[in-house]
Amino acid sequence: MKTYSRELTVGVALLLLLAALAVFAPNFFDGQPLVSRLASQMPALVLAVGVALVIMTRQIDISIGSQFGMCAVIAGTAAASGMSMPMAMLCALLAGALMGVVNGWLVAGLGLPSIVVTLATLVTWQEVLRLWQKGRLLALPDGVQWFGTSQGTGQALVIGAAFLFLVLMAWAMKHLSIGRRIYATGSDTEAARLAGLAPKATTFGVFVLMGILAGVAAVLNLVQSPQIQPNSGEGLELKAIAAAVVGGVAITGGRGTLWGVLLGLMLLVNVNPALTHFHQPPYWEKAIQGLVILLAVAADGIRHKKQKRLK
Amino acid sequence: MENMGRAFVLKTLLKLTEIRKSFGAVKALKGVSFELRAGEVHALLGENGAGKSTLIKVMTGAHRPDGGIMELGGEEVSGLTPVRAQELGIACIYQQPALFPDLSVMENIGLRLEKVGIFHRVKWAMWRRKAEELLGQIGAEISPEAEVRSLSMPEQQLVEIACALGSGARIVIMDEPTASLTQKEQHLLFQVVRNLRAKGVGVVYISHRLEEIFALADRVTVLRDGESVGTNAVDGLNEAQMIRLMVGRDVETIYPTAEEEPGEVVLEVKNLACAESGLEGMSFQVRAGEVFGLAGLVGAGRTELARVLFGITPADGGSFSLNGKTVEIRSPREAISHGIAYVPEDRRRHGVVLEMAVAENITMASHRRWFKAGILRGGVETEAAQSFVEALGIKLSSPAAPGGSLSGGNQQKVSVARWLATQPKLLILDEPTQGVDVGAKGEIHRLVRELAKEGLAVLMISSDLPEIIGMSDRVGVMREGRLVEIFDNAHAEQVMAAALGSGEVAR
Repeated sequence: MKTYSRELTVGVALLLLLAALAVFAPNFFDGQPLVSRLASQMPALVLAVGVALVIMTRQIDISIGSQFGMCAVIAGTAAASGMSMPMAMLCALLAGALMGVVNGWLVAGLGLPSIVVTLATLVTWQEVLRLWQKGRLLALPDGVQWFGTSQGTGQALVIGAAFLFLVLMAWAMKHLSIGRRIYATGSDTEAARLAGLAPKATTFGVFVLMGILAGVAAVLNLVQSPQIQPNSGEGLELKAIAAAVVGGVAITGGRGTLWGVLLGLMLLVNVNPALTHFHQPPYWEKAIQGLVILLAVAADGIRHKKQKRLK
Repeated sequence: MENMGRAFVLKTLLKLTEIRKSFGAVKALKGVSFELRAGEVHALLGENGAGKSTLIKVMTGAHRPDGGIMELGGEEVSGLTPVRAQELGIACIYQQPALFPDLSVMENIGLRLEKVGIFHRVKWAMWRRKAEELLGQIGAEISPEAEVRSLSMPEQQLVEIACALGSGARIVIMDEPTASLTQKEQHLLFQVVRNLRAKGVGVVYISHRLEEIFALADRVTVLRDGESVGTNAVDGLNEAQMIRLMVGRDVETIYPTAEEEPGEVVLEVKNLACAESGLEGMSFQVRAGEVFGLAGLVGAGRTELARVLFGITPADGGSFSLNGKTVEIRSPREAISHGIAYVPEDRRRHGVVLEMAVAENITMASHRRWFKAGILRGGVETEAAQSFVEALGIKLSSPAAPGGSLSGGNQQKVSVARWLATQPKLLILDEPTQGVDVGAKGEIHRLVRELAKEGLAVLMISSDLPEIIGMSDRVGVMREGRLVEIFDNAHAEQVMAAALGSGEVAR
């Protein structure tokens, strides 16, 4: 029987954290700040879902922060040059897809290790951005922020879009052939090939999808502020990968669910506001996040050892 | 003193008495006795799975026997480990040399011979001298500086032998050393083996090639089903007798037999070749309703043929037709779309995906059939899985259980179910009963026969001689990448003779 033990553990941990906040710091749940905090995490959610798929196929993509930055600047430049909002969004998605094609071709086509390939593209896109923007802030035209609507509507749109996407993806993973292909490729590439599931094409496709999702995330981020920084994506890759790992996506591929990824992200990103509301110095945030990741990986290690012993 | 040749007293180096070893329910060795004398080449012969590898591993300390006595130079040893075996002068040369490919020859030899602390200084000059000397002793022209990766397989074997020699091994075990050698390299190796013998080393020599055993060995011990059937002087035996010793047993199991005449030709290959897998000139047919068995020794190219037919390593010569139509198959996807199914040999690695649910494993190769318009509707998959579970008698708690939770025999059935779900015309089974218990074996046999009765063409590979003869309507025998014989009513001795390449056995 498929067990959702990790999702349960992380879910319970998140609930305990929220319960503690409800009792000791009820103003954590004040409407507007809560919605703002949630909306600001939606780009990370989209990235985490994407990178979870990459990890499930037993690959990794550490260039997503750079891809995100590129997409954001491209969309911003397009919007600033007078393009309509849908066209600017399309530019971001296309740019993301292209960067995904590069990663996918190098990994699936040439068979290079994804950690090295995406390390190279991470640095490359970062440097392209630095040379192109020279660290300038990019001011966005009026119609961009909150899709040209009010903040409340805009935030609702961002959160709604991200969650709709999550639900669709979770459904696809279960009911579309591609979901099976991803799990099968990550569990046993050779078995997948023998079953005619074209693991190379699957891997390529997942990297392209990751690029497109970097574009989506960039757009969801773009609409939340009046200007963008070219380095806005730096560090996002670690956040996304951490969310996936904490949520139960096995770094060895083939296992994990997108609901787990959501829970993992929520647990990690609420450490900081929780500290604030408990009046603790925020310096502890990274240390606590690190501890959570360590616990998650240790749980995997212990489970592996047990399985081995059973055999 | 050294060159006393074969005249000196043959004293016993190694004596095994009633060695037993089981893996779970499988009894690999059921009381094997074996004796090796100084200055002899003692061949170990037996069909696949007779227990040769297990016996070697007991000698080298890799496996601890469950029972029996092992004596070295007259003293009983127990709790042998690989390190201890090496210290006691037992060396083993495997088919695939266990060298460090990125280090030089002398580093490999030096590391093997010297056991020192990590901060000990490397004595380069001495290592080089030692390597030169040892390689010279066996007549190998290999530079001590050469990187092992750049050496050919036989050269690497020679380095292994040099290591064995340098470590003062008194017992050298060679596991099919000539399997990948050319004629010339073989002769060099034979010379090296004779040299070792002249030095008083005892050589355990494993080979499937009877002519090598006649050329090289003094005595031969035949293993069959984990038992030693006897030790004989090679001089007193001929090929036919040797083969009879290897296969001679009663067929205990009763196999389901064909009732109807086979139908039309499903698969026909003519002169099929694949350079990458070393196959050439393969011509045969498989008809609907027929079980075509493929026999041969390990390494004869049977699995390679299956992989060619299934497009994993596509053929590069000859013609291939299915149901009378010429086809070209370049990938497993194309093979599947042409109605070919392949249940691979290594079930644990390439068959059942252990982490995925049984139902998902069953539908894995036939997504097109279950995902209508690309979408899997609830229940379809579970229903499909359930019907296969019932039809094949798979024992499980639920179709949602992960593949890894099933027993070997049931995993094999899941693997078969996956391929039946593709509604194939040709089913290729590679060692379908390997590692499954006796009960499940019988069930798989019945299933295969039933599938044939329903009109499937079955190509079955098996190293189990009684099984392949009992199950097959016709048996093709492969040797060294070629199909050497096709028998309509095969007998064990004929098949074994063809597989070994023995010319003397009359049909």
